[in-house]
Amino acid sequence: MPDTQALVNDFLNKLKKLKIEGSQATARQNAELLRSVISQQRVPYTNQAGALIDAVKAVGEQLIAANPVELAVGNIVRRVLHIIREEDLSLTTAAIGGLNLSAVSDDENDDDRDGDSTLSAAAVAAAARSTLRPPSLQTLLEDTPVSAAVPQTSSSGGDSEGKSKSADKSSRSRKLKHDVIEAVNEQIADIVICHEQIAEQAVEHIHQNEVILTLGSSRTVLEFLFAAKEKKRSFRVFVAEGAPRYQGHLLAKELVARGLQTTLITDSAVFAMISRVNMVIVGAHAVMANGGVIAPVGMNLVALAAQKHAVPFVVLAGSHKLCPLYPHNPEVLLNELRSPSELLDFGEFSDCMDFGSGSGSPLLHVVNPAFDYVPPKLVSLFITDAGGHNPSYMYRLIADYYSADDLVVQRRATAGN
Amino acid sequence: MGAQKKRAAAAAAAARVSEDPDDLARQPLQAILLADSFTTKFRPITLERPKVLLPLVNVPMINYTLAWLEAAGVAEVFVFCCAHSKQVIDYLENSEWFSQPNFTVKTIESHNIISAGDALRLIYEQNVIHGDFVLISGDTVSNMSLTQALQEHKERKKKDNNAVMTMIIKKSKPSPITRQSRLGTDELFMAIDPNTKQLLYYEDKADHSKGTICLDKMLLAENPSISLHNDKQDCYIDICSPEVLSLFTDNFDYQHLRRHFVKGLLLDDIMGYKIFTHEIHSSYAARIDNYRSYDIVSKDIIQRWTYPYVPDVKFCGNRATKLERRGMYRALEIEQSRSAQVGSFTVIGYGTKIGSNSKISDSVIGEGCTIGSNVLIEGSYIWDNVIIEDGCELRHVIVCDGVIMKAGAVLKPGVVLSFKVVIGERFVVPAYSKVSLLQQPTVHDSDEELEYADNSSGTVEFSSIQGTADQSNGEMTSESSEAHKPKLGTGGVGYIWSICEGGQEEEWRHSVAPIPEDKLTELSEAMDDDQELVTQDRTALSTSGELISDSNASEGDDNEDSKDDSVYFEKEVEATFLRAVEENVKVDHVILEVNSLRLSYNMTSADCAGAVFYSMMKLAIKTPHSSASELQQNTANIITTWQKLLKSYLLEIDEEIEIILKFEEMCLESAKEFSPLFARILHILYDKDILQEDAILRWADEKEGADESDKVFVRQSEKFIQWLREASEEED
Repeated sequence: MPDTQALVNDFLNKLKKLKIEGSQATARQNAELLRSVISQQRVPYTNQAGALIDAVKAVGEQLIAANPVELAVGNIVRRVLHIIREEDLSLTTAAIGGLNLSAVSDDENDDDRDGDSTLSAAAVAAAARSTLRPPSLQTLLEDTPVSAAVPQTSSSGGDSEGKSKSADKSSRSRKLKHDVIEAVNEQIADIVICHEQIAEQAVEHIHQNEVILTLGSSRTVLEFLFAAKEKKRSFRVFVAEGAPRYQGHLLAKELVARGLQTTLITDSAVFAMISRVNMVIVGAHAVMANGGVIAPVGMNLVALAAQKHAVPFVVLAGSHKLCPLYPHNPEVLLNELRSPSELLDFGEFSDCMDFGSGSGSPLLHVVNPAFDYVPPKLVSLFITDAGGHNPSYMYRLIADYYSADDLVVQRRATAGN
Repeated sequence: MGAQKKRAAAAAAAARVSEDPDDLARQPLQAILLADSFTTKFRPITLERPKVLLPLVNVPMINYTLAWLEAAGVAEVFVFCCAHSKQVIDYLENSEWFSQPNFTVKTIESHNIISAGDALRLIYEQNVIHGDFVLISGDTVSNMSLTQALQEHKERKKKDNNAVMTMIIKKSKPSPITRQSRLGTDELFMAIDPNTKQLLYYEDKADHSKGTICLDKMLLAENPSISLHNDKQDCYIDICSPEVLSLFTDNFDYQHLRRHFVKGLLLDDIMGYKIFTHEIHSSYAARIDNYRSYDIVSKDIIQRWTYPYVPDVKFCGNRATKLERRGMYRALEIEQSRSAQVGSFTVIGYGTKIGSNSKISDSVIGEGCTIGSNVLIEGSYIWDNVIIEDGCELRHVIVCDGVIMKAGAVLKPGVVLSFKVVIGERFVVPAYSKVSLLQQPTVHDSDEELEYADNSSGTVEFSSIQGTADQSNGEMTSESSEAHKPKLGTGGVGYIWSICEGGQEEEWRHSVAPIPEDKLTELSEAMDDDQELVTQDRTALSTSGELISDSNASEGDDNEDSKDDSVYFEKEVEATFLRAVEENVKVDHVILEVNSLRLSYNMTSADCAGAVFYSMMKLAIKTPHSSASELQQNTANIITTWQKLLKSYLLEIDEEIEIILKFEEMCLESAKEFSPLFARILHILYDKDILQEDAILRWADEKEGADESDKVFVRQSEKFIQWLREASEEED
């Protein structure tokens, strides 16, 4: 699959050189890339899911390593892996229900051709585990007959060899791939319309004559505010400019273009203004499993100010921003330090950075972090495309979106065993 | 070469371009990357490895340039390889640059090229450049966006076919003490038209000893306004039109891009080619020209000015590196002892081992290095696979691949150890020395060699090695006096290169080590002297305004500056006056001249009166005379001739008193001949209505309370004063 490789390399390059701006674009392109990886992947007769998971993991590993700070990449890789597992599971159960056949027993047949017995075994184990785990909210809602699969998988033996029908197998393999691609397409569509889905909930949260405060610029927040405006809500928006990138200026411009009453303030004025604010609505870079938020720099100050004045602090995040990892040392490890030139003009300060005299080490250091970490206790509510949630509920939502087996994508060899 | 030939060639080039003006806009952007700097500043390292492959924060320099070109939207890059071309080509072939989509890298190889000019001529012959191109050398680090500069260049080109080049500049203040930029290059003077941004003057080798630069007066005549800068840094990134290549071909003596080409175009008023500038503000661009800029640019990278070309972003297939607190970059698989102290702004490469109690700060450590215990590394650049044994000390040095430092060895600031050198146990390498396995070349035979006198500091006669080497490690020489035997302590391998005379004093300017404190004080003292020189040299129009004193000398302010000023002013006035006497200038004109001097020195009319009177007296005393009476006669004559001049400054009594005081002073000091004549000349002045009786009387009154010694002249003229007093009383 040379063309997939080229696509992967291209995307890797873009990730490495930080050429993609924004996690939504990254997530969408990433999902599209994985879709083409799946569609190009030649699927063996049996253990289709294993082969697909293998392929996606191989690519995913590279993608995550390319830019560890962009968490959306890892999220999408894990999401796609989860989709494959789910589809495989539902097919297996359906097949069992219809044909009374064991899905897993076919594996022994093709082990020599496959050459990867551990992985197929891993897939079996994964399937078994996923059937055994407590029913998630999603599966409950979808009403899949999960419990039916359990006795069948465990009782799988060698008796099924003669009974398997090759025609059925091939159709099933095609069906799995088809279903997976279908589901990934849905996922892409979800990413694309996540703004609208979040924005739909705007009327429930924004009320007449309220004052909303936001920091920096986020597409999700923008759409959210527009949606409320369209529903004839009249409210005012305070925009903190979001130094040093000043994206708040752009947001203010767009809000005014849509006829919203907007006030632009400096970041440092947030605390002074917060007492007049009814609700803080902000976007996020990523939402961690503990409900903590990685957000543009300055957000922690806003959250603290909001807490001081008991103003609700609402974070909008598409589901692709939900990250199944727990933050460890988030101020540094999950941060991105940008160029100091956004803070000050090099030319004016060039004499402060003349290392040629004195001790040789500069006295002036300029640090420009891109993100802040907002701990979960400061967040009042998350609004995702699946609705509003408490920070303490995020782990549950994440359990719905990702398989526990995929949390560590890098260690492929040991992850399955 | 004749101007005609130039014109014809340029016309041809223009025709070639204008064939498809629309195509030009759509053409993919090309770039020429010179993978050779054609200088010897990085010797002895560059004898073994080309400069563009030297690691800059653990990534070969050329990667920064290529990554930037790719990000800036360049579609095709021609890498011109000359010295060590095989190494460069091999490296590129094994790198990922050949397999990039939408970005082609092609190499052009040549071995008999000795300058950038030759390289461009060769590229012109190959006929591969079809439109505007970016000219850059492989040692440039930048993160600027080309879009705007390119747009401006194209628009100018459309309007004026002679706008052939846009030069990227950046603001950066040079140090007033060392007269060099922070990158270690000489202070650069540029004259730029503030409206059109046209470059009018470029001088990077200004003579600081004179403290002046010379601008062609036509510059001032032809341009409504020009601004002269010394705070701009040349980024050595040029956007050129294809004509530039043909210009190099036509002018076969153009070698250096700046010294010959840019200056050549600026001086050449026949063709009227123009160079424009584009200033970048928030983005970064710098060229590594010498060891100092290597140090500075490395630090800029670590401080992330070059973002996104920083160690923790994998812009060119570099190894994963994590950025930790306080600007520490660490690759994976590092073995670090618990007691080792790794300070801020340090980069540590993959697989490096650091022993206990070692201290590292502000340094870059390459891959696979082994550092023992109790090692001190400060502000140094250690490349790959270096072994540093216990107790070594390294301060502000560059250590290349594969070097072994035996226990207890010490490198003083500014040392450069080339590849695979071994330093013996407890050996102290003296400051600024360069050590290599290769002997210092004796003849100018290298393909990297240049004929510029100012760049030849790296090469000396072979015979001098022995002497300098002996002297630099005097205590070790007892065992052998043979030049060929390495003298780097027991077990040491390598030759210490000698620094040629003249180069010695310049060594600190361009080394990785910061400029030592004593040099700075020395320089600032020298600078003060320079200023005095400038002040004394008042006849030339001074460019600096700081010497004009704003304190009022007549108020008896004995501030150093104003004192100096009045001395110079007096000299100026005297010169003017003497010239007027010699050339018979009209009195009115002299008044005008003195007035202008008075304005430029911010003097009062009392000062003028004093100075004029002083000059007149000096003239009188210089006129040949045999006796006192003759001198008196001469004085009277001169006063009669020039009384109008003197009177024009005597507006009030104060000025008249000033004259008397001045005269008194002269009689005491410079012109003692006058002292017996004091009363008589005072009388003459009174007769000529230059001095009024009030002034003389006030002077006498003022002197009443003075010391006896001060009263000499009052006594002498006592009779006269008495007479004046009586006369005035009579009048009453």
